[in-house]
Amino acid sequence: MKRRTWWFVAALPPLLALGWAGLAPIELSTRDKLFEIPKGTYARRRAGDLVDILPSRITLTIGLDDVLLLRNLDDVPQQFGPTILMPGQSFRLPFERESENRFECTAHSSGQMLVIVEAEPEWPWQKVRWRWHHWSQRG
Amino acid sequence: MKSRLLRSMLLGVAIAVASVAPAADAPAKPVLKAGVLSPVMPAPQLALGGTDGKPLNLAAYRGKVVLLAFGFSNCGEVCPITLATLAGARKKLGADGAGVQVVYVTVDPERDTEAQMKKYLASFDSTFIGGVGSRAEIDAAQKSYGISSKKNVNPDGSYTIGHSSSIYMIDRAGGLRAVMPYGHPVDDFVHDLKILLRT
Repeated sequence: MKRRTWWFVAALPPLLALGWAGLAPIELSTRDKLFEIPKGTYARRRAGDLVDILPSRITLTIGLDDVLLLRNLDDVPQQFGPTILMPGQSFRLPFERESENRFECTAHSSGQMLVIVEAEPEWPWQKVRWRWHHWSQRG
Repeated sequence: MKSRLLRSMLLGVAIAVASVAPAADAPAKPVLKAGVLSPVMPAPQLALGGTDGKPLNLAAYRGKVVLLAFGFSNCGEVCPITLATLAGARKKLGADGAGVQVVYVTVDPERDTEAQMKKYLASFDSTFIGGVGSRAEIDAAQKSYGISSKKNVNPDGSYTIGHSSSIYMIDRAGGLRAVMPYGHPVDDFVHDLKILLRT
């Protein structure tokens, strides 16, 4: 095979992958972005453990993962923003608009959680960027 | 050789095109616009007085959907918007609006007397009921719903109060079903109330 053909063959898969990442619709099995407050969180806080159990900043994307799902697996009630989550209870909060939302959260050492809601990626480069962030976070 | 390369390219393109086809089963949208609590637990009771001259008893509203919020009559920004939104939602529901009871509990018991709250709420909707009481009673009510409030005193001695501004949705069986964050439009309330009035 000619050298030029080899280059072409080598470049084809990454180009196809990039094309797919930019054009294919993003499919997720659920719109929920789940965060769990684990059992023993309150006890750890009382013991002076300031390690953050939940991320202090969460990014959601309209139309994809635009529902924040919090589950309290601790033995005591936990407050998240406007509501008190009883042990075993979950709170499923949907977002429909781009926004930045700051919530009080007793599961955080800072007592605050920032939820950033971004627009749905429409253009190919936006989809590639979203996929890249999504995969890197999972990894 | 060339034809094999061409076949490979065509196959690649076919796979790419096939993968761009719209998804058949997109994940379902949430049913309510508000944040939903699950499992549903009984809404905490309030030991307060009502602006109708009777003790404020949430259990008395079983069979209705209760929209419960906290605020104060001297509030210049958040409360007027919230109350106007809730009044607009009741109005837009038409006859079904009778199945909705708005309860607005003061976070400013020093200034919000029963008469003051009654007059203030009536300027939005005469069916709205206010919750009033002593500082200790209001503190207890706020604690049971996780409401925070902070008094900000101005140089001239006047003050305003920063407070939680979400609206609690209590279903017809008395369960604390959902919480609508501040800022949602009338149509979002109408959407959720129609569902809650059916269930």
